[in-house]
Amino acid sequence: MSECKVVDARNTFCPGPLMELIRHMKKASVGDMFELLSTDDGSSNDVPEWVHKAKHEMVSSEKVAGVWHIRVRKAR
Amino acid sequence: MRILIVGGGTGGTILGNQLARRLAREIRAGEVRLTLLSASDRHMYQPGLLYVAFGQMTPDELYRDEASLLEPTIDFQVDPVTEFHLDRNQVTTQSGKTHDYDILVIATGSRIVPQEVAGLSEGAEMFYTEEDAIRMHRRLLEFRGGTVAMVVSIPHKCPVAPVEAAFLLHDFFKARGIRDKVKLRYHYPVNQVHATPNVARWAKPEFDKAGIEYETLFNLKEVDPANKIIYSEEGTDVKYDLLIAIPPHSGAETVDENNLGQGGWIPTDRFKLTMNGHDNVYVIGDATDIPVSKTGSAAHFEAEVVVENIASMIKTGTPVREYDGRVYCFIEAGYDRATYNAFDYVNLPELKPPSKAIHWFKVAYNQMYWTTVRGLL
Repeated sequence: MSECKVVDARNTFCPGPLMELIRHMKKASVGDMFELLSTDDGSSNDVPEWVHKAKHEMVSSEKVAGVWHIRVRKAR
Repeated sequence: MRILIVGGGTGGTILGNQLARRLAREIRAGEVRLTLLSASDRHMYQPGLLYVAFGQMTPDELYRDEASLLEPTIDFQVDPVTEFHLDRNQVTTQSGKTHDYDILVIATGSRIVPQEVAGLSEGAEMFYTEEDAIRMHRRLLEFRGGTVAMVVSIPHKCPVAPVEAAFLLHDFFKARGIRDKVKLRYHYPVNQVHATPNVARWAKPEFDKAGIEYETLFNLKEVDPANKIIYSEEGTDVKYDLLIAIPPHSGAETVDENNLGQGGWIPTDRFKLTMNGHDNVYVIGDATDIPVSKTGSAAHFEAEVVVENIASMIKTGTPVREYDGRVYCFIEAGYDRATYNAFDYVNLPELKPPSKAIHWFKVAYNQMYWTTVRGLL
């Protein structure tokens, strides 16, 4: 199991958390795990929607002290 | 004190000029030496390429000699850095020279890497180099009708460029009287027409009004230039007659070759703008990995912060400012209307309705840029 890479996209609006996550995942290997940190509530919907469509794997999603911690694994 | 700036684009040039003025006394007294190393003796106004692609500017309007933009106290050399030895505060250049520094500023920008997507270079028109922008304009003029597909790869500089290009395509074909023969299809990587929610909320009804069709969650995987089909990572495909692409970008080759950061983006403290683990190395502009837009305006605002901090460190021993994530971008909404996007780490962008006045201010800024890079505006 490879380590979890944190993508810190807190307090960013452009290009935004999902774009940051996709950017990192494009360069990753299958099996790599990412934890996206986002203060944008929209991420809790946007990220799972993209993960589902792109056929990756949602690992977990929780909001802690105003920050979304969304874990995703690259599946293909 | 030896200050070395690597990169003569927007960020490096503004920073050099402002620093030369802030430290004029120290430079005159021989206490500070300011050197700028660049890969080119010319400076390009990169946003102008979009206008070249639509026949609204000619390439010669986009260039100035870099030396003519710089304060004479800056030691300017056209000699790109090939090796960074951060452990011994030293760089080596293409000509074989070695430069020692006390403070290093890396402002090496970004570059397009269309080769990362199979078939993209062969199948698409782009506007990120002079040659490509001229060719795209020719292709647009030759186009008689059919499906024009726009695809957006990430990461890319100037996040509003895809939206601007879509509106300009609409107006271009309308002005030629063939808009009814052109189907405009816009494809975007996330689940709205722009990554920034407020821009997306504004652009979506404007697209609807202009008859621009869109498909979101479309991350370009491959182009088949022979059969004129684009394929997405998400499993969809679209046929096109003319493909306009925002190609993926990467950091500078030298950053990649020196393993300074994954994908050529240098790990940077988003507030101090220092390279992680190197307090005497600053990174500005597209070269950073901080999650803000890769635009000239971010490079500009970052340069101002680094100037103040370097000057203050030299004069008082203490830094004075942090970068607040400030970005300001004009957004062309067609041939004669524009709006703008201004935000920072805390404040969301709020778009004003597009107006002719903002468009004309943008046209004026295309010339005012040269005072900006001189560090005057």
